This record gives sequence, C-alpha cells and structure tokens, in this order.
Amino acid sequence: MLDVAIRHRRGDFTLDAAFQAPTPGVVALFGRSGCGKTTLVNVIAGLLEAQQGHVQLDEARWLDTDQRLNVAAERRQVGYVFQEARLFPHYSVQGNLCYGARRAAGARTLIGLDEVVELLGLAPLLGRRPGRLSGGEKQRVALGRALLAQPRLLLLDEPLSSLDAARREEVLPYLERLRDHCAIPMILVSHQFDEVLRLATHVVVMDAGRVVAQGDISAVSLTPALRAIVGPEALGAVVDGVVDAVDSASGLAGLVVGGGLLHIPGPALTRGMRVRVQLLARDIILATQEPRGLSVRNQLRGQVRSISADADNDLIEVDIGGAAVLARITRAATQELGLAPGLNVWVLVKTVSTRGHTFAVPGRPEAPAPAAGP
Amino acid sequence: MRQSRYAPLMTLPGEAELSALRLSLIVAGRSVAFSLLPAIGIAWLLTRRRFPGRTLLDAFVHLPLVLPPVVVGYLLLVLFGVRGPLGRLLEAAFGIRLVFTTSGAALATAVMSFPLMVRAMRIALEGVDVGLEQAARTLGAGPWDRFATITLPLMLPGVLAGTVTAFAAGLGEFGAVITFVSNIPGETRTLPLALYSALQSPDGEAMAARLALLSFGLGLAGLIASELLARGLRRWLGN
Repeated sequence: MLDVAIRHRRGDFTLDAAFQAPTPGVVALFGRSGCGKTTLVNVIAGLLEAQQGHVQLDEARWLDTDQRLNVAAERRQVGYVFQEARLFPHYSVQGNLCYGARRAAGARTLIGLDEVVELLGLAPLLGRRPGRLSGGEKQRVALGRALLAQPRLLLLDEPLSSLDAARREEVLPYLERLRDHCAIPMILVSHQFDEVLRLATHVVVMDAGRVVAQGDISAVSLTPALRAIVGPEALGAVVDGVVDAVDSASGLAGLVVGGGLLHIPGPALTRGMRVRVQLLARDIILATQEPRGLSVRNQLRGQVRSISADADNDLIEVDIGGAAVLARITRAATQELGLAPGLNVWVLVKTVSTRGHTFAVPGRPEAPAPAAGP
Repeated sequence: MRQSRYAPLMTLPGEAELSALRLSLIVAGRSVAFSLLPAIGIAWLLTRRRFPGRTLLDAFVHLPLVLPPVVVGYLLLVLFGVRGPLGRLLEAAFGIRLVFTTSGAALATAVMSFPLMVRAMRIALEGVDVGLEQAARTLGAGPWDRFATITLPLMLPGVLAGTVTAFAAGLGEFGAVITFVSNIPGETRTLPLALYSALQSPDGEAMAARLALLSFGLGLAGLIASELLARGLRRWLGN
C-alpha cells in the first residue's frame, strides 16, 4: 500500500493532502494546474522535504517528520519521469538509459536494457544525443531511464503534457503496456481526464492543495468534486463491465454492466475481457416508462439515487444495480417526469455515444475475469 | 639614414624578456592551479546553497575587484610577511617563505584574479539546470556522484572561460605583486613588472615595446585557443 499524508506551506499556498492506494496499481493524481500535484510528487520522490507528514510504500517508510526520518531521494529507488524529459545532454540515449541502471546494481532486477529497448521501441535511438530527439522520443527515453533504475515506485508527472495529440498517442500505449506487464506501482500526475480513464486504477482528485475525492474511478466519477474540475460537458459516470458476447456481423459487443447489458462498438473485444466505459452525462436519456419503438440500443433499468443541480441543469444519479450512471437533463424535464429519489426509470444510452469513451480495464491480464452472467 | 623607430621590435627577445615571459607564465599558471578548486567550491556554495553569511562571503570574494591592488598587496604583506601571523606559521611549519618569491607572486595573482574566476564559474553553474541534478538524484546518484557526472561536465565551458580569463589577468597582475613581493629579476619580475622597469631606465624604450608586443600576442593567442576549445566542448556537450 502507498500511504501518503503531507502538510506543507510555501508562501500563501498550503498543501494538505492525504491518500492511501493499493499497490501495485496506477494512482492518478488529478486536478487543475497549480493544485499542488507536482509538489506532492516531489515530496514523495524526496526532492522536497515536507514540513509535516509521512510517506510510506509497503514496508519502506521514506518520510516521517514525527520521527525526524527523511530518506534521501537517491536512496528511495523512485523512478521519476518529469514533464520535460530532463535527459542528460552530454550522454547518448544509451548513456542516459544506463545512468540509473549502473547505480541500481545489486538491487533486484525488474527489467533489463534489452527488454526496455524492446518495450519502448528505442533501438534506433540508442546512439543519438538527446538534442536530436523529438518530444515523444525524449519522453520514451526518460521513461526507459526511470524503469532501468529498477524503481520500487514510478512517478509520472504529466509525461504527455508537452506532446501534441499524435505524440501522445505514440507514448500512451507504452504506458498501458507498462501498467499491464510490470508490477511497479505508479503515480500518474495529470490534468487530462482521458489519460486518467485510460491508465488509472485508483484516482485522487486534488483542488487547491487538498484531496477532494479519492477511490476507484467509478466512484470518483460520480463525486461533485470532480464535476467542478472537469466541467459539465466532460462529466460522465465511468462503469466497468465484462464482455459477454461479440456479434461479428454488427461489430457490437455486449457488456455486462451492473444489472444490465450495454451494447458498445467493439470489433476488437473478446468475450471475458474487462472494459471501462465513460457514459457522458449529457448523452444519457431517462424514461419513466419502458420505451418502445426507439433506435436506442441500450435500455437499462434503474432507480434514481439522487438529484443535484448545476447552474443550468439537473444531474440525476441512477443506480443500475451495482453500478451508477449520471444523466444531465433540463430542470423542466425533471419536473415533468416527476423524478425523485427512489423512482424506477429506464436509462437509455446510444451505442454510438460510447465510441471513443471505451478503454481496456487496467489490471494485470492474468487476473481471472469474473464469469459473465447470462 | 636614420634607423626606423620600429627596428627594436624586429630583434629577437633577449634573456631578460624571456625570463619575464617565463615567470609570468609560471606565476599565472600556479595562481590558476591554486584557485581553480576553491573557485568552483565557492561558486557552488554561492549559487546552490542558502546559508547565513552568504552575502558577506559573496562580498568578501569580490573585494579584490574594487580594492586598489596596492591595498591587496599591503594586506598580504601584513598577513604573510616575515613577521605576519600566517607568514610566520608557514615558515615555521613548512619552511615556506612567500615574500620576495615566485610563490608569493602567484598568491597575490591568485587573490586578485579569484573574483573573475568565481564569477565565470557562477554563470556556468547558473546555466546548469537544477532539474538535471534532481533527475540524477532520483536515479540514485549521491551528491559527489551527481556533481562529477552531471554538474561539472555541463559547467566545463564556464570553467574553461574562467580559467582563461584568470590566467590572462594573472599574466598582467602588477599592483598587488609589486607591493607584496617586490620587483626582483628572475624571481618576481613578470612581464608587466619588466615593462615598468624598462620604462624606468633611460634606454629601455625598445625593450618596453617588445614586452608590450609579447603581452599582446600572448593574450590574443590565449583568447583564440580558448574559443576553439569552448566550441569543441559545446559540441561534446551536445548543444
């Protein structure tokens, strides 16, 4: 388990953050720029000494201000991928990769040079100087360098933020492979919710130096704290499900979510796969009677759990049997339908609205997928 | 026909000039060798550390820039003279005497050129991204390790610049040297002191001109060499 609790004041900014997350796994620190994510990560890495608090990874206690304990950064075995790759300009790519590896000699070997070169596609770059690499290549080298230091914890501080969309797509799959193939706990700092969706197993939402929500992504996706940060348009419940069947003719996959079946576009999916879908609140339709004669493929039965209002609309949280979705509808619609907590409703989801919001569920592939219900 | 007034420049330098040149090179070389490591250390302290008395140390290091060189020479005489506290100690402990010796000239030169060196090192250090040192830290490099593998190599162009500047300034140090160790041929009479002596003697004009030309050529050659070296270094550093 990763256990962090920190209080640190600098000027008029106070970082007062605590979270606990299971290991191994990917903890996403999510929040706006300037909310204290990088400061928190620097404390975990040991680059900044917090005024008060503790940091512990499994059995290793790195910081405990009560015990006056502060393990030096160079002894924590933390791999850190910075926002700006920070490659050493006077070393070749290979020299950069081996810098940490040489100093980690004697430590348990998680991953070797050949493996890293293969995993990150670095073979053609090895002899080059960092000055001659593109942004995406630099980040891959930085990632490889951090990995080869055989870290007990990998810190990724917005590793994709300096990249354009195409380069991001170049690096993201490597991060996913890393998550699925190495049992290294990771902390991903991000202000992009889609990165969090794709990579995280545990989410810590930060705002103005404080942790405002944390937990698995489905639970966090429903919290008001997150609404304030991502804004109403990007808001949506995240549900995890297991692929029950794939219809090769239509290219649709049936996903068991809570008590219902959700059809999503999934030609690449196979039965038993675990899949995560973000259902944008603005795309969800609610009905108080069983709808007929509609084109909508997905009709899930549910019960209204709560109703809250933002500036213009109402946000309805509906329990669909073990999972929950959010629907953003007009206040007039709420009143007309007489929606209230406890009311039974049908939740309508257009299959096409899930396109681009579907991701493989993080986790080690060898974990047995729960049997899909009939 | 009247002899051209430039004729003296055409003759080869004599024993006196060569001796002054040799002494200047030795004095400047030793002074640079003395001050290189302390200059790097103090530059590092001043740029990378915050501690009480930092401003005072900063001012103290730069004092020779603003003090008249004669004052520096006088202070050295007071401290390292035969009866000075440090002078007596050195003589008793190691049998080293600085007054009226080449070593003393090197010390005076080192003190005078120290701020130039520290300044160049500081600029070089400020140009080294602290982020790279942090990255080295997370990769398991301790303080000396990261200094040797990251900080020092990346500040090398500045170290070179500082060394060349201090060496060049050391070749021409006059006031502090003549005050502290006097003007003894073959022992402390460096190029500028020899030039000064030549000007004092009635028929020394030709020698003065030759010494001036020598200094000029030396300075130019040094600057060109350092520029070429710096270019090579920068290429090696990957910029």
